[in-house]
Amino acid sequence: MTTEPPRGAEAPPELVQLLTPEGERVEHPDYDIDLTPEEVRGLYRDLVLVRRVDLEAVALQRQGELGIWASLLGQEAAQIGSGRALAESDMVFPTYREHGVAWCRGVDPVNLLGLFRGVNHGGWDPAEHNFHLYTIVIGSQTLHAVGYAMGVQRDGAVGENGTATIAYFGDGATSQGDVNESFIWASVFNAPIVFFCQNNQWAISEPLEKQTRIPLYRRASGFGFPGVRVDGNDVFACLAVTRKALADARSGQGPMMIEAFTYRMGAHTTSDDPTRYRLADELEAWKLKDPIERVRAYMFKNRIADQDFFDAIDAEADELGRDVRKRCLELPDPEPLAIFDHVYAEPHRLMDEERAQFAAYLEGFEG
Amino acid sequence: MTTLTLAKALNEGMRKAMEDDPKVLVMGEDVGKLGGVFRVTDGLQKDFGEQRVIDTPLAESGIIGTAIGLALRGYRPVCEIQFDGFVFPAADQIITQLAKMPLRSLGKLKLPVVVRIPCGGGIGAVEHHSESPEAYFTHTAGLRIVACSNPADGYTMIQQAIRCEDPVIFFEPKRRYWEKADVDTSAPADDWTPFDQARVVRPGADATLLAYGPMVRTCLEAAAAAEEDGRSLEVVDLRSLNPLDIDRVVESVARTGRCAVVHEAPVFSGFGAEIAARLTERCFYNLEAPVLRVGGPSTPYPPSRLEDHYLPDLDRVLDAVDRLFAF
Repeated sequence: MTTEPPRGAEAPPELVQLLTPEGERVEHPDYDIDLTPEEVRGLYRDLVLVRRVDLEAVALQRQGELGIWASLLGQEAAQIGSGRALAESDMVFPTYREHGVAWCRGVDPVNLLGLFRGVNHGGWDPAEHNFHLYTIVIGSQTLHAVGYAMGVQRDGAVGENGTATIAYFGDGATSQGDVNESFIWASVFNAPIVFFCQNNQWAISEPLEKQTRIPLYRRASGFGFPGVRVDGNDVFACLAVTRKALADARSGQGPMMIEAFTYRMGAHTTSDDPTRYRLADELEAWKLKDPIERVRAYMFKNRIADQDFFDAIDAEADELGRDVRKRCLELPDPEPLAIFDHVYAEPHRLMDEERAQFAAYLEGFEG
Repeated sequence: MTTLTLAKALNEGMRKAMEDDPKVLVMGEDVGKLGGVFRVTDGLQKDFGEQRVIDTPLAESGIIGTAIGLALRGYRPVCEIQFDGFVFPAADQIITQLAKMPLRSLGKLKLPVVVRIPCGGGIGAVEHHSESPEAYFTHTAGLRIVACSNPADGYTMIQQAIRCEDPVIFFEPKRRYWEKADVDTSAPADDWTPFDQARVVRPGADATLLAYGPMVRTCLEAAAAAEEDGRSLEVVDLRSLNPLDIDRVVESVARTGRCAVVHEAPVFSGFGAEIAARLTERCFYNLEAPVLRVGGPSTPYPPSRLEDHYLPDLDRVLDAVDRLFAF
């Protein structure tokens, strides 16, 4: 039995790839990248370290130290490639899974853990890192990103030395009204924004075909801007494609959508059980496309690094894991009255009244 | 002193705010060339340009979502939601994002966004054009909820809302847009009543009528009529619903001993319930009668040929006053 593709999805999707799963460099007519050996080693280090932080966070959750964790396992190349394409002044609007991008923006991993441990809703300063808070409600941040990009336009920060904004979201988010509205606004106002969709094939238990019947990157053309699908497990391709999209946005050429075709190797979060809805075969097939192994193979083949380098990175990763764990466990629980802090930016008499009442109530237990 | 309609007073207030601060933007559906369906933004795009007065795509969630982003970049967007009943597509952005950013960022981020909503009925409109959704938003921490009732307040309160570092939901009583009053546009801002303060708009001794937005005028008319019957009614314009100026309300009700809260929204789970509960807590022994609520029936807003029966009017308010005295 043959299955016909649905109408509108007949043409096979194209994929930008610069590094094969076997670690072979390949050419692409529209995208290229020229990396020094040091830059390649840097990307490898990023990939390994963020995977190690992620692994530590999963372990911390399993030991009861985090309430939940959303693993980025398998998506390291999409996040490091796009994250390392950013200029310092570019602004990032992440989902709750962008631990690799956070790493590229200099956010301390322990600050990410604070949210999942329940000591705050986001402990980093978005302005310091040009990395907004994690957004939990799916797709909401894409509108914030477009609004921010409209502000960039109003500041005259488009053109030479311009500023780009990048919005991260997943395949499930493309069904959200807000994401579709953000495409419309970006297009109508020609906002300097890159929409970076990590298509990891699964929205918790729902496979891609529950969200779309055409390749996601083709959605962009209907909104009036270009879209491209990139091998999301190829850090070189993700870097090259995002660099170009950001440069175009900064120079005033408007929005672009990048679909990073990847795979969520772990569960949606530590609360999820993927064995209920997907087959191990699929996971095994994607293991062969691992984002780190291909860089390692490439580096070996091209003598960009020797075993001492890989051993040193592994040791650094273990040390980072230990450090993150130690500082996570040291995160203090907030004081009870912190409930009333920062609800409003200006004084608010109901907050003052309820804080005072609650303080008096707590004092009743003392002595 | 100059005589302005409420719509024009709001317009002048926004104009002043835009002149004072180049970061102030106006955005919404039809706010540019058309000047808004109620003309509240009339002429602003002509004078401040399309970069500052933005005709947006027809998507309310998009209006609020992009306003949040603009505010994160340092702007002070004033968003117009065309009608009360159209705010719900934006409810997620308002409740989930706009209201929570300072808390989520431990105070590092502020969102000085104003959401203007023409509200209430009485204009013979089709459905979804006459609603009073304030209680949905007063229940959401992080938002400030205000309602202007007259041109003088419209002029000052919109400017105070724009200067506020917190998000403000700004309700405008659409059936009062064309009512005129004197507005002192030369008074320095330091002399204005803070926009989170209630105001006694008619002093009285025997009972207190609490209202906001469109019902303030209705209550003033009721108080004038009651005076002919020898009853002295105090009318308090709440102006701010969150925070509620409960001390000023308690001061009035403790003195008069009787209180009715009047709003267009349905009574059940309406804002009047919050006031009644707080008055019971704060001045129980001063009350001569239970606090009464006068509002719409707990039904959807009816077709416009029925709205005169739905909306509280002078007789409904006086009926409640009679019950306060009969208790």
